[in-house]
Amino acid sequence: MMNHLLSSPPGWIHAAIFFGLGACLLVIVLGFVTYAILAERKVLGFMQLRPGPNRVGGRFGLLQTVADVLKLLIKEDTIPKLADKPLFILAPVLAFAPAFMVLAAIPFSEHLKFSDLSIGLLYYIAISGITTVGILMAGWASNNKYSLLGGMRSAAQMISYEIPLVISVIGVILFSGSLNLTDIVNGQEKVAYIFLSPLGFIVFFISSIAELNRTPFDLPEAESELVAGYHVEYSGFRWAFFMLTEYVYLFAMAALTTVLFLGGWKPIPFLGFIPGIIWFALKFSVIVFFMIWIRGTMPRLRADQLMEFAWKVLLPVALLNIFVSAVVKELFLR
Amino acid sequence: MIRTEEMLLNVGPQHPSTHGVFRIVLKIDGETIIEAQPVIGYLHRGTEKLAENLQYTQIIPYTDRMDYLAAMTNNYVICHAVETMMNLEIPERAEYLRVLVMELGRIASHLVWFGTYLLDIGAMSPFLYAFREREAIIGLLNEISGARLTFNYMRIGGVKWDAPEGWIEKIREFVPYMREQLSGYHDLVSGNEIFLNRVKGVGLYSKEEALDYSLSGANLRCTGISWDLRKDESYSIYDRFSFDVPAFDSGDAWARYQCRMAEIEESLKIVEQAVEQFPENGEIMAKVPKIIKPPKGEAYVRIESPRGEIGCYIASEGKKEPYRLKFRRPSFYNLQILPKLLVGENISNLITILGGIDIVLGEVDG
Repeated sequence: MMNHLLSSPPGWIHAAIFFGLGACLLVIVLGFVTYAILAERKVLGFMQLRPGPNRVGGRFGLLQTVADVLKLLIKEDTIPKLADKPLFILAPVLAFAPAFMVLAAIPFSEHLKFSDLSIGLLYYIAISGITTVGILMAGWASNNKYSLLGGMRSAAQMISYEIPLVISVIGVILFSGSLNLTDIVNGQEKVAYIFLSPLGFIVFFISSIAELNRTPFDLPEAESELVAGYHVEYSGFRWAFFMLTEYVYLFAMAALTTVLFLGGWKPIPFLGFIPGIIWFALKFSVIVFFMIWIRGTMPRLRADQLMEFAWKVLLPVALLNIFVSAVVKELFLR
Repeated sequence: MIRTEEMLLNVGPQHPSTHGVFRIVLKIDGETIIEAQPVIGYLHRGTEKLAENLQYTQIIPYTDRMDYLAAMTNNYVICHAVETMMNLEIPERAEYLRVLVMELGRIASHLVWFGTYLLDIGAMSPFLYAFREREAIIGLLNEISGARLTFNYMRIGGVKWDAPEGWIEKIREFVPYMREQLSGYHDLVSGNEIFLNRVKGVGLYSKEEALDYSLSGANLRCTGISWDLRKDESYSIYDRFSFDVPAFDSGDAWARYQCRMAEIEESLKIVEQAVEQFPENGEIMAKVPKIIKPPKGEAYVRIESPRGEIGCYIASEGKKEPYRLKFRRPSFYNLQILPKLLVGENISNLITILGGIDIVLGEVDG
C-alpha cells in the first residue's frame, strides 16, 4: 500500500492518510517509550535489589510512566530569566523531531514499513545528527554553566561517535550492496550479518550506546558531575521532551541494530511459522535489555578517555572492519 | 580575534557529589581546573564550644553527630580521653563490645564510601549492594544500642547496654556472609576496565606530601606508609588481635580504593577473633562516680577512625564540665590537600579525587 501511495500523485486524501499513519506510529512509539521506561526501571530494580515501580497500575506499576507524564504535563513551565528564550523553547522540539523522523525509514517487517527509501541508512544517520544541534542549543540557551558544559560534551561526543558508527556499517553495506534497509534485511536470508561482521557489530553497538548518551557514555548528563548536564534548567514537559528523545532514539537505535545485524524480521531456521513482526520484537527486546543491563553494571568514562576511545580504538577497528568485511565477502559470499 | 576567558564554576553546597554541604569554587578553562577554592562551614554546629557547658557524659551524643558514618569511634575517643585522665580500668567484656561495635562501624563506614564513590563515578548498582550489607550492620548496632546512626552507646567507664541474647551469634554468621559479598564487589568493580581507568593515576601525591599535609588513614596508607594507630599505638585491646595494616604504594585513588577494601577484610578478621574471645559474662561498666570530674590537667588521645587519626584533647579544671575540648577531626585535615590535587585536572576528576579522600561533612565542619 505504501508503495502505491508513494508513487501516486499527491493530494489531500494522501496527506490525510499519511497524517493518520504518522499518528499511529507515534502512538506505537509512545507506547513503547512508556513501557521501555517501566522495563528499564523494573530490570534495573531487579538488578539492584529494589522492587521498582509497584504502586500505580497494579503490582507491576503498569501505569507508573503514565502518571509520571501526567505529572510533568501539569508542572509549572519555568524559563530562567536570563535564558535565551526563543532558543530555549525551540531546543527540545529540535532535539525530538529527528528522533521521530528517523523511524520513517525503518522496516519493522516485510510489509510494515513507512517508506522504502533507497538510501534509508544514510537518511537515518543524517537526520539523527540534528539532535546534537538541539542539545547544544539547550545547553547554550539555558545560560547555566553546567548546562553549557553538558552541551559541549554532548556535541563533542556525538560527533566523535558518529564517525565509527557510520564506518562500522560499511561492512554491512558491502555485504548487501545497498543502503536500502529492506534490501539489507533480505540480504540476511541465510546468515545474519552479526556473524559475518562481528567486529562491525561490536563497534556499532558501542557507538550506538554513546550516541544514545547511555551509561557508560552518559557524560553529557553525568548526574554526579554536571548535576544533569544540558537539561538542568528544563522542567515540566520541555524536560520530558528530552527524555522522550532519548527513549525514542533507544527505540530507533535498537530497531536499526536489529535490521542491520540481527536479520530484522527473518526467523531463526525451522521456526519460520512465527510471524516476522514477533521475530523483530524479540531481537529488538534483546538489544534493549542488553543496554539496560550495561547501565546496571558499568561506571562512567571520563570525557578525555571517551574521546581517546572513539578516535584511537573504535575508529581504527571500524576501518579494519571494512577490510575484513571485504575479505569475508570475497571468500564466502561470492 | 578569538577571546577566551576563564569561567568561575560554583560546585555545591547543593551538589549531588559533594557528600553533604561542601562547596568548592572552581576557576575552569574549558573543562580543566585552574584554581580551586573550598568553602566549608555550612554544617558547623560548634561541638567544641557547646561541650564547654556540658557534663562529660552529655558530650557523647554530640560526638555521634560529627562523623555520623562511624559514630562508634567518635564515642570511643571522648570516653577514652576521659578514662585516660581518670586512670579508669575498663571491664573486659565492655572492651570487647567496644571493639566489636567499632570494627562493625568501620566496615559500615567503608561500605558507604565504596557505594557512594562508585555512584560518583557513575555506577549505581554497587551503591545499592553496599547499602544492603551496611543495613545488616546497622541492624546489629541498632539491636545493641537502640539507634541506627547516632548510637550514643559508650559511656565513660564502659558501655551502656550489654549484648542482647544471640547478638554474638549473629555477628559470627555475618562475617562469612560479608566476606562472600566482598568478593562479589571485587568481581563487579575492582577489575572493571572503566573503573580502573577512572581511578588509576588520579589524585596522585607522594609520601612527603601526605606527611606534610598531615594526612591519615587510608589517605596516608595509600602512599605506602603503614601507619595505623590500632597497631602502632595500640589502645583498648587491639594488641590481642592479629591483623595486618594494608598499605599500597602508588598514592592515587586506586591505592586508596584498594586500601579501604583491604581494611574491610582486616576489620572482619578482628571481628572474627573478638567474637571467638568474647568473655561469657562480666561487668560492662567500671565503677565510676555518678558525676564525672576528671582531675585538673590535660590529656590528648588519638585513635584510628575509618577516616584516619581522630584525636581528643581535654583541658580540665577538675570540674564536671571540660575547660576546653578539642577534636582532631581527620576529615578536616585530609581535606586540606584537595585544592592542590585539583589544579590542572579535568572536572570529572574533581569528583573522583574528592570522593577518594572520603570526607564526612559533619566531621569537617565540626
